[in-house]
Amino acid sequence: MRERTVLDVQGVTKRFGGLVAVDALSLAVRENEMLGLIGPNGSGKTTVINLISGALRPSEGEIFLGDEMISEWPARAIARAGVARTFQLVRILHSLTVLENVMAGAVFGHKRLWGAAARKFALRQLDRVGMAHAADAPTASLTCIDEKRIELARALASDPDLLLLDEWLAGLNPTEMQIGIALIRSLREEGRTIVLVEHVMDAIRSLCDRCVVMNGGAKIAEGTPEATLADPEVIRAYLGVGHA
Amino acid sequence: MTARETRTLILVVVAFALLACLPLLRHGYLLSLGVDIAMYTVLATSWALFSGPTHYISLATAAFYGIGAYVVAAGIGTLPYPALVALAGLAGAVAAALVGLATLRLSGVYFVIFTLGLAELVRQIVTWVQNNFTGSRGMYVLTSITERMIYWELLALAAAVFFIGWRVARSRLGFALRIIGNDETVAAHLGINSAACKLALFVISGAFAGMVGAIMAPRLSYIEPSIAFTSELSFQVVIMALLGGVHRLWGPLVGVIPFTILWEVIAARFPTQTVLLLGIAFLLIVYLIPNGVVGRIESALRAAQRRVSHA
Ligand SMILES: Nc1ncnc2c1ncn2[C@@H]1O[C@H](COP(=O)(O)OP(=O)(O)OP(=O)(O)O)[C@@H](O)[C@H]1O
Ligand SMILES: [Mg+2]
Repeated sequence: MRERTVLDVQGVTKRFGGLVAVDALSLAVRENEMLGLIGPNGSGKTTVINLISGALRPSEGEIFLGDEMISEWPARAIARAGVARTFQLVRILHSLTVLENVMAGAVFGHKRLWGAAARKFALRQLDRVGMAHAADAPTASLTCIDEKRIELARALASDPDLLLLDEWLAGLNPTEMQIGIALIRSLREEGRTIVLVEHVMDAIRSLCDRCVVMNGGAKIAEGTPEATLADPEVIRAYLGVGHA
Repeated sequence: MTARETRTLILVVVAFALLACLPLLRHGYLLSLGVDIAMYTVLATSWALFSGPTHYISLATAAFYGIGAYVVAAGIGTLPYPALVALAGLAGAVAAALVGLATLRLSGVYFVIFTLGLAELVRQIVTWVQNNFTGSRGMYVLTSITERMIYWELLALAAAVFFIGWRVARSRLGFALRIIGNDETVAAHLGINSAACKLALFVISGAFAGMVGAIMAPRLSYIEPSIAFTSELSFQVVIMALLGGVHRLWGPLVGVIPFTILWEVIAARFPTQTVLLLGIAFLLIVYLIPNGVVGRIESALRAAQRRVSHA
């Protein structure tokens, strides 16, 4: 089973002044794969997401999307090429309605629909995340999980080839967590290609095909969730932070 | 078109038709006030098209207006007047594109300062050119164009601004600008080219200011740098637009009408203190009604509606 490589990160380093946030990291994501990107706080996960989505440029190394080298592209070009993301701290467009938030993804992303077609497609995505009933509601007074669902629907509305989720499950209460995990599992079953940054170990075990573990910006382990989470170095990295 | 849009359209057409009859009253003072109000309506509305969604405060109106006036002054003997107005619009658009390309990547504060400096810069250049090459301080624009024709031209231009504003709001560009106004990071990650969207709107507002300058040139009749490039104009436009409210297409109009009438009185009574009074008006508006009169009324209406539905 050798599927096409969708994303190929090759030896990428990101420095902020003297701080090395990402250190010569390489990873690849194959089509229809869900890759877990895990590691203790401050290990560089969000920075990797920012580098892939074009929010930041690598200091060294290259990033390929399919055959295109995207590491020098601006975020808008990468989005159009088929990469969509959510943010660790949810970013809802507050002066737009719920449906308009999702339409934003359909109108400007990879898909570039307009008018009734954009509306219809956005409504489908809202339905997909279980929010169709709130389509015309304003975005004030939404619960945490509803905001997260809308952000996910917005990302899906661009029909991305690669979806980047940065701690999408964080901040949910236990019942919401079950709903959230089920939703991401349904994406996986749809055959989406996803990079999942997550702290919730249960979710990683049950959802990911493969894991990359980071610590201090560098990759310290890679493999199946069972194997990597049992790796002594990974355990030490997590405990090291916990006991520091 | 929805039934509501059709009704609005009919109302707007009737309003413009009535306004077009103003010169028939043969009332000199009313006509001159009408010209001022029409002029500020075009300037403030086109200013708000750009500044409303982007939150950038442009003080470049006087620069584009002055360029438009000078296009007419320089070309009046050689080209037909309508062609000069079109050329002035083009010159305003090109100037706005150059300024926008250089500055719209900067943060808001730098943008304000740069646009303020721009009118002064263009004025110095024009002065320098006149001193060194033409040998006269000003230029005469002598035409047979009457005040009532100027009024009708400005009214037509106002209709054009409202039409373009309405079109933009219903376009991809308008949707993109609303997203940019909310969160530029999200906009970029959705595939929106923020700089290009802002530039497009800035170019539109520059083109309108240039055309207004060209239309007003025959009324000024003698054009010199200190008249054509007066930064007071830029401030007045900002104040009127903010006073009315920039979140609705017709918001600035609500500020233009009372302010123009009030300003007539103030400028006549305190001719030497106008800059000071403009500054005070600016501060009062920004502190007391940041969303303009229209924003105030709308939130009051919403609050009343809530009370009614709770009762
Ligand atoms: N824009 C920035 N400027 C300077 N330093 C940054 C910037 N972004 C991240 N960093 C630093 O880079 C390191 C990695 O941060 P990053 O946010 O990628 O970690 P993370 O793995 O996502 O952590 P968490 O699990 O807490 O979200 C941290 O030390 C952080 O302080
Ligand atoms: Mg993070």
